[in-house]
Amino acid sequence: MRLLNRSAGRLSRYRRGPIAGFVVLLLGLLLTGGLYAAFSPAHADSDSAAAKQAQIEKGRQLFLVSCAFCHGQNGQGVLTQGGSQLGPALTDVGAAAVDFQVGTGRMPMTMPGPQAKEKQPSFSDQEISDLAAYVASLGTGPGIPDKQLYSTQGMSQSQINALVQRGGQIFLANCTACHNFEGSGGAMPRGGFAPRIRGVSSKHIYEAMLTGPQSMDTFSDGNIPPQDKKAVIAYLNNLNNTPSYSGLTLGGLGPVSEGLIGWVVGLGFLVGFAVWIAAHTTRTTKKKDGASA
Amino acid sequence: MSSADVASTNGTKPATVSGGNKRVGTIANWADERLGLASLAKKNLRKVFPDHWSFMLGEIALWSFVVLLITGVFLTLWFDPSMSEVTYNGSYAPLRGVDVSSAYASTMNISFDVRGGLLLRQMHHWAATLFVASMMIHLMRVYLTGAFRKPREINWVIGCFLVLLGTIEGFTGYSLPDDLLSGTGVRAADGFIKATPIVGTYISFFLFGGEFPGSHIIPRLYSMHILLIPGLLLALIAAHMMLLVYHKHTQWPGPGRTEQNVVGFPMLPVYMAKAGGFFFIVFGTIALLGGLFSLNPVWKFGPYDPSKVTAGSQPDWYMGWPDGLLRIMPAWETHLWGHTVSWNIMVPILVCPPAMLTILILLPFFENWVSGDKREHHLLQRPRNAPTRTAILAALATFYALAWTAGGNDIIAIKFGLSINEITYFLRGAVFVGPVLAFIIARRWCISLQRHDQEKLLHGYESGVLVRSPAGGYAEKHLPLPLAKAYALTARETETYMTEEQMAESAANYKGRFPKLRARLQRAYFAHTVPNVTVEELHEAQHHAEHELHEMEAQIAAGPNRHGPTQGH
Repeated sequence: MRLLNRSAGRLSRYRRGPIAGFVVLLLGLLLTGGLYAAFSPAHADSDSAAAKQAQIEKGRQLFLVSCAFCHGQNGQGVLTQGGSQLGPALTDVGAAAVDFQVGTGRMPMTMPGPQAKEKQPSFSDQEISDLAAYVASLGTGPGIPDKQLYSTQGMSQSQINALVQRGGQIFLANCTACHNFEGSGGAMPRGGFAPRIRGVSSKHIYEAMLTGPQSMDTFSDGNIPPQDKKAVIAYLNNLNNTPSYSGLTLGGLGPVSEGLIGWVVGLGFLVGFAVWIAAHTTRTTKKKDGASA
Repeated sequence: MSSADVASTNGTKPATVSGGNKRVGTIANWADERLGLASLAKKNLRKVFPDHWSFMLGEIALWSFVVLLITGVFLTLWFDPSMSEVTYNGSYAPLRGVDVSSAYASTMNISFDVRGGLLLRQMHHWAATLFVASMMIHLMRVYLTGAFRKPREINWVIGCFLVLLGTIEGFTGYSLPDDLLSGTGVRAADGFIKATPIVGTYISFFLFGGEFPGSHIIPRLYSMHILLIPGLLLALIAAHMMLLVYHKHTQWPGPGRTEQNVVGFPMLPVYMAKAGGFFFIVFGTIALLGGLFSLNPVWKFGPYDPSKVTAGSQPDWYMGWPDGLLRIMPAWETHLWGHTVSWNIMVPILVCPPAMLTILILLPFFENWVSGDKREHHLLQRPRNAPTRTAILAALATFYALAWTAGGNDIIAIKFGLSINEITYFLRGAVFVGPVLAFIIARRWCISLQRHDQEKLLHGYESGVLVRSPAGGYAEKHLPLPLAKAYALTARETETYMTEEQMAESAANYKGRFPKLRARLQRAYFAHTVPNVTVEELHEAQHHAEHELHEMEAQIAAGPNRHGPTQGH
């Protein structure tokens, strides 16, 4: 007891110290947080199930307003009278597809067309996750990927270099055929297109590979394992972050824009100079009075 | 220019060397006694060339070729034309550890590890782009102005082969780095060769030393690219220039310019300075392009691998139009006794380009056959004064441009939000309809411009002076053209419109083949040409203009709101 008293006495010496208030506050917070963590799980489980149900319901309400016209009131898809698809069934697309399509502004579409274009998202992040939760509840399908699946955070530079190198090879083998050698995009039949993918967020690229939106193929985890998807994303981010060693990239479109520059800038410049040189002619003597030009 | 401006003597001093630099004279004399160049130099250093911007288009091609030689030699110092496999270990991190060909590795080495290598590589490529492009506009200039006429037909043919060789040279160079884009191009070329009936497969096997891609194609293309074709190009360029000197340069019509003389400035010092200066301008422009604009970024393409391809795989622009025809050609194939005849490849690649080259080579001979003109021509014609000729080029250029457009159909589709299918369907029709429309429009346009010239000659040019008549109406005064300008406009021949009888006569007089067809073509070729104004018409117009001028001066002298002595009019 004496021992205790002594140490309490020692402690009490600091009770008016400058950091005493903060320490007490910190301890208090730790205690309440710890107690909550210790006692709440059983309670929270039933709570989160209810919360999830509420979220799904919220998502359903949004879905009925903004998506059901084309995708059907239960996400079963709608056929036009002509028999073509107005909106596909969403019963097995999963949360990742919703997060990609709505998160990049592709859905809801402005108007029916060959392919939805990227635009400013119409919903807030919370609404997107509500919608995703609702669509995920309709069936199976991939969920929204965890950040660790596409982020290189915490990796050493040599690991990232190895990842970028591998990603480049996977990118050239699987992606460039449609998206072009530096992700500038390319044409697909009947007005479709592979969009420009430079500057797209890592999460959306991951989701695109996972779900195969619009004209794109699905690159399932069996096809390109998560580690390789991460590598492709690392390669694209590396392309974004490295300077163009060779000057203006002219849209990164290959020989068409190069030819255009050659003709318009290069040849235009030189023909302009030819005109200039020919216009500056020479005179052997000064013009005399009365001499006509 | 009055005669007082022209020197009547060589000046007061005799034209002998007075003192001067004795040492230079001694050296020159030593060299001349052994080489005999003085007489050659004396003649050619004072050779006269006429001045016009359009005469310098071919010079762009010449100087880009010089830049190509200089930068090309630099590149050969490091380039390794081998398809042996090595592991890339250079400075570009994303490709480190990847197995590539030596050709690709050395291209990467030039781009990232040789000082100034990327700049020189890009300059070489930009110079190639400009080389072929400037040859094309030079060719168009020569055709549109009638500079190909007798005695310059052979030089026209040489020029056509220069365009062909420049294109092949460009393609072989494009293929050397062995990157994904160029490998796709070589793959396509292999397909074209294999589409040749009967012998295609054999040619492909001989060229590639076995099945594509093999390990021989890059070294072989390299020999062609740095030895065979540059040698031919150099020889043909030399021949082209020697013929230019021999024929003397053509000139625009104007006072004092005839079919017998050349009016302009001497080679030394004027054209030496102009052409020499232009070389540095071309060099500088190419250096700027190489430094500012990315061209063929091989590190992004990666090494060639037959299993890979990239969107936007196009050849360089000069191969773009056959590629475009290939893209819009319907998938027609015939199967005969177990063999496939690929019309879809043969027509756009193996038939059309050689046919276009043949048409190009034959253009001067065709026109000559139609016109039956045996005279020499050293004075140029304005495009409007040869409406059918101009229209023929407009039609050919439209076909070329549409095929070219087809070559970029995917880029057009994504950049303009169009459907690639619809672009293709449109161009399938447009390559046939477009040239016809262009022909008609260009021809009528030329004829309208001729009428405009005639109007300017007879009624003067619009002076911008507005005159109010006594009745209150406003009219713009026309003033007579300056004499030199009027001379240049009237210095042309009128090919007359032939009647049926004249056609029959022309056919009867012609001893060669197809006299009737020729007579009809002759009529079609020169029909509707606006006749040149006659001397009488011009004099009358001048009198009229003088009268009007006096009248206007009188009106101005009378002051505002007062009518001058117009009663006599």
